[in-house]
Amino acid sequence: MRKNGVKMIKIKAKDVDVFYGKKQALFNISLDIEENQVTALIGPSGCGKSTFLRCLNRMNDVIDICSVKGEILINDFNINDKSCDVVRLREKIGMVFQKPNPFPKTLYENVSYGPTIHGMAQSKQEMDEIVETSLKKAALWEEVKDRLHEPGTGLSGGQQQRLCIARAISVRPEVILMDEPCSALDPIATAQIEELIDELKKEHTIIIVTHSMAQAARVSQNTGFFHLGQLIEHGSTDKIFKNPDNKKTQDYITGRFG
Amino acid sequence: MNLILFTFIVLLGFTSYYFGRKKAYTIQSTKKRLTALPQFYGYYLAIWCAIPAFIIFSLWAIFEPTIVKLLILSDYSNQGYLDDELNLLYEKSKALSRGQFTGEITPFIEASAEKYLSLRSIAQSSKVVIVLSAIIASVAYAYKRISSNSRTREPVEKFLNAVLFTASLAAILTTVGIVFSLIFQTIDFFKVIPLFDFVFGTHWYPAKAFVRDSSEALDPTMYSDTFGAVPIFAGTFFIAFIAMCVAIPIGLMSGIYLAEYASTKVRQYAKPLIEILAGIPTVVYGFFAALTVGPFLKELGTSMGLEVSAESALAAGGVMGIMIIPFISSLSDDVITSVPQNLRDGSYAMGATKSETIKRVIFPAALPGIVGSILLGVSRAIGETMIVVMASGLAANLTLNPLESTSTITAQIVVILIGDQAFGDPKTQAAFALGMSLFLVTLCLNIVALRVVKKYREKYE
Repeated sequence: MRKNGVKMIKIKAKDVDVFYGKKQALFNISLDIEENQVTALIGPSGCGKSTFLRCLNRMNDVIDICSVKGEILINDFNINDKSCDVVRLREKIGMVFQKPNPFPKTLYENVSYGPTIHGMAQSKQEMDEIVETSLKKAALWEEVKDRLHEPGTGLSGGQQQRLCIARAISVRPEVILMDEPCSALDPIATAQIEELIDELKKEHTIIIVTHSMAQAARVSQNTGFFHLGQLIEHGSTDKIFKNPDNKKTQDYITGRFG
Repeated sequence: MNLILFTFIVLLGFTSYYFGRKKAYTIQSTKKRLTALPQFYGYYLAIWCAIPAFIIFSLWAIFEPTIVKLLILSDYSNQGYLDDELNLLYEKSKALSRGQFTGEITPFIEASAEKYLSLRSIAQSSKVVIVLSAIIASVAYAYKRISSNSRTREPVEKFLNAVLFTASLAAILTTVGIVFSLIFQTIDFFKVIPLFDFVFGTHWYPAKAFVRDSSEALDPTMYSDTFGAVPIFAGTFFIAFIAMCVAIPIGLMSGIYLAEYASTKVRQYAKPLIEILAGIPTVVYGFFAALTVGPFLKELGTSMGLEVSAESALAAGGVMGIMIIPFISSLSDDVITSVPQNLRDGSYAMGATKSETIKRVIFPAALPGIVGSILLGVSRAIGETMIVVMASGLAANLTLNPLESTSTITAQIVVILIGDQAFGDPKTQAAFALGMSLFLVTLCLNIVALRVVKKYREKYE
């Protein structure tokens, strides 16, 4: 989204280093993420793109040996600062994982999970509404509206992933992080999710890690290329795919390594 | 003699393995393709060595004594002895042949003893001859088969299958045997004591049955009001209940702490420490309960003006609970740890705190396992003997006051079976009846546990 022709920057990473124990996984990453756009992070396995994604909602906190240095500004607020409330942060930054991970609960409980823990609904009716809108936005409502009280684990893989997206958007996050959301899905389910991503970017800023360059080209407006823990190049998807500055990017895009 | 023969057969087995393998290499060296890896040829030969030996050994063990006895007693068959006398005669000559006979030695017995010895030695030598020739014949046959490079892998695999099947069959048959002995003894018990009196009687006083002189005729009426099992069932469940009141909260919370909160280092030391509790023999818990906890509770109670028995249900149940903590803690720790990390990630990513994640996601996901571990704990509490015997006394009081002493099924079985017992006596059979009821209770618990686990599995997987 542009206001007066100026790109709005939602997330600004400055000199981010990540260590697993003594091993450094990310080197000096600086990257701006535009608001209401889809940013794709591509690169070979183990290049640190998922690690970077997990920095953005501080999911790396869960890993004992992992430490993050540098600044990550979201709405100009440094989330690595001590004053940052992780619970509030994760309310604003949703996440969808590689493998669909619905909770062993009913569909309804899966979607109402976030709103419940953040106290977003005052009544059963309000909660029903949140669940319905979230499922509708995740393009799952029509398929599941008659079995909201069945376990979420009974759905197909693609449906489970859309359920996870519904769960993530139920708390109306500003940013949605997606970590290879389609890698466990078949082509039809993948197409549905990609369509959904396109729809979601109207209201959310989306960052997607993907192995599929075709997918990055299809869904994203901006792309960042990671290699061996470094951000080699980033820019508009058009440019990265058609006319990259860096030779490594060119080689990777054209499939010469990776 | 048998040992030497056995060792020799084992050596033969190894040798035939060696020759079988060597034969395989010879076949291989002629550029022929083997039907299996060389060691299968070896195993094949070794099996053909072991099977005839095993069969002949078992046949000998079964039939040798009978045949020897028949041969010896055939000398006396026409002299009008009674069966009992013949048996005695046979036992006497056997004892004499071993040099263990102390009574009067008659020529008859001496002759039989000599005959017994000679028969035994004939039997021994013929066994050696038959076993060895059988082995040689079968190994030769097998060697011929492998020489023509016929299949060896399938027979070897089949043999292993049969061995494993026999092992599991033995386990099952033992269980079935135990259950049947329980059932028959229990049925005998209920022929004397009406089932109704046992299940609904409120007075358990087996000591009354001890005073019966076994020469007197059995009079069922004298047992009325003796074998009423209600007090001991109540005591069993009551003590188990107290134990679970201690074990479930502490065990579960420490399990959750270890799985979710403890740092790797704390976990590394704390988990083995808790598991040490499980390694303490129950006898030790028993005297800990009887000598430390019991008197402590009594003093504590007295200082508060309560009347506490030195052998109280509370002391036994509490210590039993401590004993069960490591089971519940360790099992629930395992179950919680095995909840997939991606569920935790999903919850954290929604902004849930650790406790919310545990309460709303991990605990429900781990529930089947946790219920399983709790029911396992209950089974142990109900089956536990030593602590109750030592700490809660043997008087079967019907009470719900944890400060009084009460008794359990297992403790009563101990009471009944200590000292002299006579088979076919109601007081001995009462132990079987109690054992049977205990078995049924535990069986039901296990079935319920399986059902619960299965139900949740279906729901969540």
